[in-house]
Amino acid sequence: MPDPFRTFLQKRRIRPRSQTAPVALEHGAIPWLLAVAVATTLPHTEHLPWWLSLFSAALLLGRGWLWKSNSRLPARWLLALLVIVGTLGIGWQYRTLFGRDAGVALLVFFMALKPMEMHARRDGLVVIMLGFFLLLTHYFHSQSIPTGLWLLAVATLLTAALIRLHGGAQPVREIVRYAALLIAQAVPFMLVFFLLFPRVQGPLWGLPQDAHAGLTGLSDRMSPGSLNSLIQSGEIAFRAQFATPLPDRSKLYWRGPVFDTYDGQTWRASPLSTARSANKPATVETSGTAFADYTITLEPHNQRWLLALELPISLPEGSALWPAFETLAREPVRYRTRYAFRSALDHVANREESPRMLQQALRLPAGLNPRTQELAGEWRNTLNDPEQISAAALRYFREEKFFYTLQPPLLGQHAVDEFLFGTRRGFCEHYSSAYVVLMRAAGIPSRVVTGYQGGETNPVDGFLTVRQSDAHAWAEIWLDGKGWVRVDPTAAVAPSRIERGIGAALPAGDPLPALVRINTDWLLQLQRLRYRWEAVNNAWNQWILGYNPQRQREVLSRLGMEDPGWRSMASAMAIFSGLCLLLVTIWTLARRTRISPEQQAWQRFCRELERFGIRRAPWEGPFDLAKRVAREHPDLAQLARDAAGHFADLRYGMGHPRQLLALKECTRQLASHRRIKV
Amino acid sequence: MSPSSEKAASLSDVIAAANGIILGKDTQVRLALACLLARGHLLIEDLPGVGKTTLAQTLARLLGLQFSRIQFTSDMLPADVIGLSIFDRERSEFRFLPGAIFSQVLLADEINRATPKTQSALLEAMEERQVTVEGETRPLPEPFFVIATQNPSTQIGTFPLPESQLDRFLLRLELGYPDRAAERALLEGGGRRDKLPMLAANLTPDQIAPLQQEASETHVSPALLDYVQTLVEATRASPQFIHGLSPRAALALLSVARAWAFIGGRGMVMPEDVQAVLPSVACHRLQLANSTGHARPEDIANLIRSIPVI
Repeated sequence: MPDPFRTFLQKRRIRPRSQTAPVALEHGAIPWLLAVAVATTLPHTEHLPWWLSLFSAALLLGRGWLWKSNSRLPARWLLALLVIVGTLGIGWQYRTLFGRDAGVALLVFFMALKPMEMHARRDGLVVIMLGFFLLLTHYFHSQSIPTGLWLLAVATLLTAALIRLHGGAQPVREIVRYAALLIAQAVPFMLVFFLLFPRVQGPLWGLPQDAHAGLTGLSDRMSPGSLNSLIQSGEIAFRAQFATPLPDRSKLYWRGPVFDTYDGQTWRASPLSTARSANKPATVETSGTAFADYTITLEPHNQRWLLALELPISLPEGSALWPAFETLAREPVRYRTRYAFRSALDHVANREESPRMLQQALRLPAGLNPRTQELAGEWRNTLNDPEQISAAALRYFREEKFFYTLQPPLLGQHAVDEFLFGTRRGFCEHYSSAYVVLMRAAGIPSRVVTGYQGGETNPVDGFLTVRQSDAHAWAEIWLDGKGWVRVDPTAAVAPSRIERGIGAALPAGDPLPALVRINTDWLLQLQRLRYRWEAVNNAWNQWILGYNPQRQREVLSRLGMEDPGWRSMASAMAIFSGLCLLLVTIWTLARRTRISPEQQAWQRFCRELERFGIRRAPWEGPFDLAKRVAREHPDLAQLARDAAGHFADLRYGMGHPRQLLALKECTRQLASHRRIKV
Repeated sequence: MSPSSEKAASLSDVIAAANGIILGKDTQVRLALACLLARGHLLIEDLPGVGKTTLAQTLARLLGLQFSRIQFTSDMLPADVIGLSIFDRERSEFRFLPGAIFSQVLLADEINRATPKTQSALLEAMEERQVTVEGETRPLPEPFFVIATQNPSTQIGTFPLPESQLDRFLLRLELGYPDRAAERALLEGGGRRDKLPMLAANLTPDQIAPLQQEASETHVSPALLDYVQTLVEATRASPQFIHGLSPRAALALLSVARAWAFIGGRGMVMPEDVQAVLPSVACHRLQLANSTGHARPEDIANLIRSIPVI
């Protein structure tokens, strides 16, 4: 029995959609799509497992070869097999198919695989859409200026591929020019949307949990070598902009995590320093007139502490001063964050301290470092005053043969003993650790403070840049009546570390943190270039990436919009876009020569004709067009001849007004012809 | 059937008959006819033996016109072309012996072999449509149609026509080799010139003048004039050519386009008509800027493609 629906369709001469063949993909468009695939996947190879990069490269190369030799594409079952193998591989590699990294890996894999089944134009469109999506994922890894420029170029390439896909063969330069023009036209809208789109704190959509893996920064513990790797890194930790004059370099102690528990190897924070209730609150008394007002742009480090000059007296909103004078934000710092501080450079910290805290600051692991204990005991017996004991310890560091080096020998069980009486080679973490152990053994409450010391002023924009290589560890002791006092034992050994930075402190043979030591002319040139580049980067961070609700309010108030709500911002955006479009429309309309009704009718007819695949060339006269229609579409010949005749009479002859109606009728017939046909 | 299309029908008979003699050259035959209808003169630039003479003779016969031919040589004098007065002893007076120019269709073969003096005598006569000999002005027959030929390949011992003289030819054509099928038919059927005497005239000389008149009255709309002006302006603005088309050339273009439309049986001139005749009208009037030589048909085709028809 015949299918009634099919009979119905056949009667009406309507072909079901599935039977209409999809538009074939032009051979000449394939290189464009392959270029898209390469450009969107290439930067990801840095973060992908090597086998996946190789696999994708092989797939794309293979597809290029198939294109060149004009061979058939692989069979479906083979592709299905590849999909399964690749997906299993990714699942095995990441232990999941979800989350940021596995998701991106899957997308890259599909991007490499999809060209293998590009038959129709629709497949090409899928590749381009996938390309646009993959483009966005690059921002997971980097939001720097070069990334932005690269993505802009790739977006142009994607647009060009889209043009090639729909516009047919044209010179490459024409296509790229057109694509660039389209992108350029989007720029004003982009700017307005950037300025006015209502901002929320942080990104608009939540990133997957693992998005913040692998951020570098200070750690919540200090064990031998933990600072070492940090110091080797030239990455920027934060930038500071001072409203008040830049303090002396020897005062630039940026306070980070404080450790008061030692197990013989590793320093940690005790629960005391994080439990706010059981403690005396941190109180800072100012004891001088040296203040610093500054704004810090902190790079994300996935921890809660904010870096502040010792010691802050005015905190940014949403942060708190914890008992050990650490400034902690409510949430881990996952985005580049700007905040403002006021610090008192001369201060007294917790003149009164809770007994539990002081007790904790005296605790040492039992049975370790006997020689250190002995030395400290000796000092305690001969010198009564804690300050004199501390001075004796510093003198010991200065007068015995200690060396400052980033390549210290390994230490065993009695680490402090071995360091103080044996190797005598180390850097800040060794000195601060040994000093605190000595003080505790001598009965003076003390603890280790980590953070950054110093920084480098960029002469181009005046920002102080603090790098991971400026990471530092120092100590503080609690003195009766004076509170917590900072002591930096490293300064006793290598004063230049504090005065001039780590590059000056290290002996000549030591491997250097990148770009720290400057001694030749061309390096100076290079450094100047680097300053300039960093200033540009900083401006980018401050104004583009750091464009948060607060910045937005600043900018908008300068533009005359005082404290706008999201509604007024959205309407400003809509009004601006509308005005832009209106202006463009008016301009286009004004430029267009006024066309007569018969021209309009003829253009409509030609547009209808385009649906049959016949496009009138701009220079083509009506009769020439009708002849071409007769050749390419004989069933439309009569219609085209009639329409051309009416139009020619109206425009070039002395046609009757009624012919205008006849011309319009031709257009109608053509349209209904199409509906019957398809 | 309107009167104009009736006449066009007789013209298409002429074209059909001419196509029977000159095989595969429909466009050139039409252009030659259009040139005649537009009261212009025709320059054919091509190699010997491609059918220049045949074309001229065929047209003359089919239109019932009197035909004569001058083979130009370097020792030819103006008098040989326009005629001279000799003393008649019997009557004791000067008698004018008309030259070859006194015919309705004149084939001036290898015009570039003649000296500039003789050339200019002919060209002046073409322009004036009359000849003045010893103070007496004699009109040339009506219609008067000159088909001059030039051999472009042999330049030794020739006097190529200067630009100003070229301008006097309404159209310049190249016949070119016949295509394969046409040449086969030619080879099978033998030389075509033998068939010429058998050709009957489709029109009489009296009918030509009204046809010319009517062709010149073909309707031209403002839209078409816009198009023609845009084209002409484009030749002037283009860096490709040393000079653009002159107003005289623009007039020539319009008159040929009118004749072309008239032959096509249309009462109005279409952009297609202008496009069809433009290469023949413009090529010999435009000099290329970057090389010594005239514009080629493909330059004109590009020019046409740059101007939208709306």
